Amino acid sequence: MRQFSKLEQRLLNEFQQGLPLTPNPYADIARQLGVYETTVVETLKRLQTEGVVSRVGAVFRPNRVGASTLAAMAVPEEQLEHIAAIVNAFDEVNHNYEREHDYNLWFVVVARDEERLQQVLLEIEACCGFTVLDLPLLEEFFIDLGFDLKWT
Amino acid sequence: MDMIKDTAFETALIEIISKGLPLVKQPYAAIAEQLGCSESEVIEGIQRIMMRGDLKRFGVVVRHRQLGYRANGMVVWDVPDARVREVGHCIGQYAFVTLCYQRPRRLPDWHYNLFSMIHGQDRAAVEAQVDFIVEQCGLQDIDHKTLFSKRCFKQRGASYSQARADCPDARRGIAANG
Repeated sequence: MRQFSKLEQRLLNEFQQGLPLTPNPYADIARQLGVYETTVVETLKRLQTEGVVSRVGAVFRPNRVGASTLAAMAVPEEQLEHIAAIVNAFDEVNHNYEREHDYNLWFVVVARDEERLQQVLLEIEACCGFTVLDLPLLEEFFIDLGFDLKWT
Repeated sequence: MDMIKDTAFETALIEIISKGLPLVKQPYAAIAEQLGCSESEVIEGIQRIMMRGDLKRFGVVVRHRQLGYRANGMVVWDVPDARVREVGHCIGQYAFVTLCYQRPRRLPDWHYNLFSMIHGQDRAAVEAQVDFIVEQCGLQDIDHKTLFSKRCFKQRGASYSQARADCPDARRGIAANG
């Protein structure tokens, strides 16, 4: 991992929420940081190109917009890449990770409503040939304040 | 705007802000141009969505892996139903826990009902945090497992229409050291 400048560190850590709803939000941020608006925009662009920043935008609460679930499948190791690609091809899948467990493929499915969600899970089962564990959110026990990055 | 137009506008707006704002000086004006409305309608629309409490966050979304947080453990716990709330609130209070959700058991295949996510610089750091939680929340008798992430095959904001895989690790074929 490369070293991040003080400006980059502050942009990454202090602006995970509360992006100003003003015509020039990056100018507001620039004022707080004591730099030019252009510098903020260009720095964020670079961080996004590098893949450090996924996007500047909204993270929605689960199930507030559409219906979503966490799903898991137990896939033999040698088939995992192939099966993961099939799962990825579904537009409703937005996260898909390999994890250390018999249930080794974990993915998040978001659909416009519950009916479509169940349909997608059935389609994934049919395409992959493995049973899908459907683990929807029942209750949330924490307040997301973003992630506090510890710079070393 | 009437009800139907209002809903269609909001759906389009949700789609755009979920995928990410354009990185230009006036992002809301750029969105307005795309949607054929005014900048203030965009800003008011986002305010409305926020007022409803639909958003967790609105700002810079970081990728932990690219920031040196290579280890990501999904810790799953088998908590007696009567204790789920108490334990959930206890685990969820710590800053290093980035998610804490109750989910259904699927017996006999899956008996864990509480899910928490911990990001750490390495595996040992995550394991130490799990030990800390066990001790602080009194979970010595609760069965748990840490499922470290290995490969990331896809990671992006929620989408309701367009396909766009967005996961640098998967593209480069890197198996992160979990």
